[in-house]
Amino acid sequence: MKPVKQMSTPLKRLLFWSLFVSFFIYTAVVLTKGTDNDKGKDFLTEEAKQGKLLYQKYNCTACHQLYGLGGYMGPDLTNTISAAGKGEQFAKAILMGGTQKMPNFHLPEAEINALVAYLNYVDKTGVSNPRHFKINNDGTVEEERIMTND
Amino acid sequence: MTKQTGLHFIIFGMIALLFGLLFGSVSGLQFIYPSFFDALPFFKSRPLHVSLVVAWIFTAAVGGIYYYLPKHCGLPLWSNRLPKIHLALFIGTGILIIVSYIMGRFGGREYWEFPPVLAIPIVISWILFGINFFMTMRKKGAPWPVYMWMWGTGIFFFLFTFSESYLWLLPYFRNNVVKELTVQWKSYGALVGSWNMLVYGTAIFVMEKVSGDKSIALSRLSFLMYFLGLTNLMFGWAHHIYIVPSSPWIRNFAYFISMTELLILGKIIRDWKRSLEQAQRNFNILVFRFLVAADVWVFINLVLAIIISIPAINIFTHGTHITVAHAMGSTIGINTMILLASCFYIIQEVTGHGINMKNNRVIAYGFWIANSCLLIFFLCLISAGIGKGIYTAQDKLTFQEMMQKITPYLTVFVFAGIGIFAGMLMIVLPAFKTLFIKSSRVEQQEEQ
Repeated sequence: MKPVKQMSTPLKRLLFWSLFVSFFIYTAVVLTKGTDNDKGKDFLTEEAKQGKLLYQKYNCTACHQLYGLGGYMGPDLTNTISAAGKGEQFAKAILMGGTQKMPNFHLPEAEINALVAYLNYVDKTGVSNPRHFKINNDGTVEEERIMTND
Repeated sequence: MTKQTGLHFIIFGMIALLFGLLFGSVSGLQFIYPSFFDALPFFKSRPLHVSLVVAWIFTAAVGGIYYYLPKHCGLPLWSNRLPKIHLALFIGTGILIIVSYIMGRFGGREYWEFPPVLAIPIVISWILFGINFFMTMRKKGAPWPVYMWMWGTGIFFFLFTFSESYLWLLPYFRNNVVKELTVQWKSYGALVGSWNMLVYGTAIFVMEKVSGDKSIALSRLSFLMYFLGLTNLMFGWAHHIYIVPSSPWIRNFAYFISMTELLILGKIIRDWKRSLEQAQRNFNILVFRFLVAADVWVFINLVLAIIISIPAINIFTHGTHITVAHAMGSTIGINTMILLASCFYIIQEVTGHGINMKNNRVIAYGFWIANSCLLIFFLCLISAGIGKGIYTAQDKLTFQEMMQKITPYLTVFVFAGIGIFAGMLMIVLPAFKTLFIKSSRVEQQEEQ
């Protein structure tokens, strides 16, 4: 039987600790500078902050997505507020009455307003439709915000 | 007693799997018939499905490690009491999470929707597991086989990423949606990597034992693959958030890292002929059969993962059912098949003869039903995802119109999902029964 080619233990340790340290440096940068960009920060009112917690309290993510992340039963809500034919009143109406697929949660008006304020904030942070991205030859993409408010 | 605790983990894991698949079938039916089973609406049945299936993956992997370390690695556990506390915490927290979902008490985020306070016992249980594992491993001289590195890595990174996923509790993270989503998916991406470390480590362990070839876990190539997997765990998560407006370097770096998976694909293709011969030779062995199925699903999912990690493609597939296909193909096709192989390996050991002939036949049918239905399920999700991706990019249809167009695929997907559940019942019930009876006997033997 041929002897197995093995990697030496010091080399394994060196590789492991190099990756480990790099990971923590990388994590620190991602958690700070890499994600500081928030184009919607002017719309982050106290009501919107409350709306974020309500979004979790009612488990909206089971059915809805923000930036394509979440459930698949309902539509992506990232740009509901600025989408053609939708907007704040549309969102409020859905929240008040539910739909065939969405239950009526019988939310008080203050909670409906808070959820809409949160969606309004999210809407200002970016776009989720692939039409708004420019594709480069190397396969990378860049956001090209061509939002329509019609 | 620790061996028996390991078996208890696996038994509870099997219960979680069956209930997870049951709730998955319910939520699937609600997807196409929204008023189906109103008592447990979709926003409750979906988290029940997800949490229980995730619980199966972790519990079966953890149970295997508790069983294998003293039995096969010659390493008596540092503490025999900690696994029992771990199990008690797992069961207690699991029940509280299920009750909170049924009562509609949420508060967390996707995948961990339960009230955040319930994360505390989960963290404690993993700290106990980690302490026990690393203290036990101190007795093991070098070189550690690769699966021990993988188990240790999986335990550490679960704790780290699970804790990281709760950074949203701090206003600094919660009050910036870009930061919040990025950190959420950074942690989730790496968390999946951590359970893959536990599960793939188990696969290598079982393969080593079945084949008797120790080089599998010691070779340079195995370690190179481990370090490649670790690199992807740490830095490859951002393909989940290409469209989130974080700094472009985050997604470009993840794109580069994700493409290193081509090396793994290359290795699979290089070893294809040898793997196929080995599969044909040993397919009659139950344990091996599940490992072969996992190998096939690794190949299919890896090809899909590489394709959807290219940003130019990802922006069209992201948020569509193609992502679900990838998640389901991985959790059922790869993780569950490997963990079932591990369960049957353990059953073979504790019984001394394995599953009886009659049940063996039932399991064989279940195996083919589950895998065939999974293939249909997978293809339907891909088709639905392609449809949704195209309609979303065209931006001409409303969401309802879009969903109506892909409903035929989703209908077949739901019934294929029920087929997977049926196949899994045929596999898991005989295994559960055998393990349940034997774990009681092991307890009696250990007491004597």
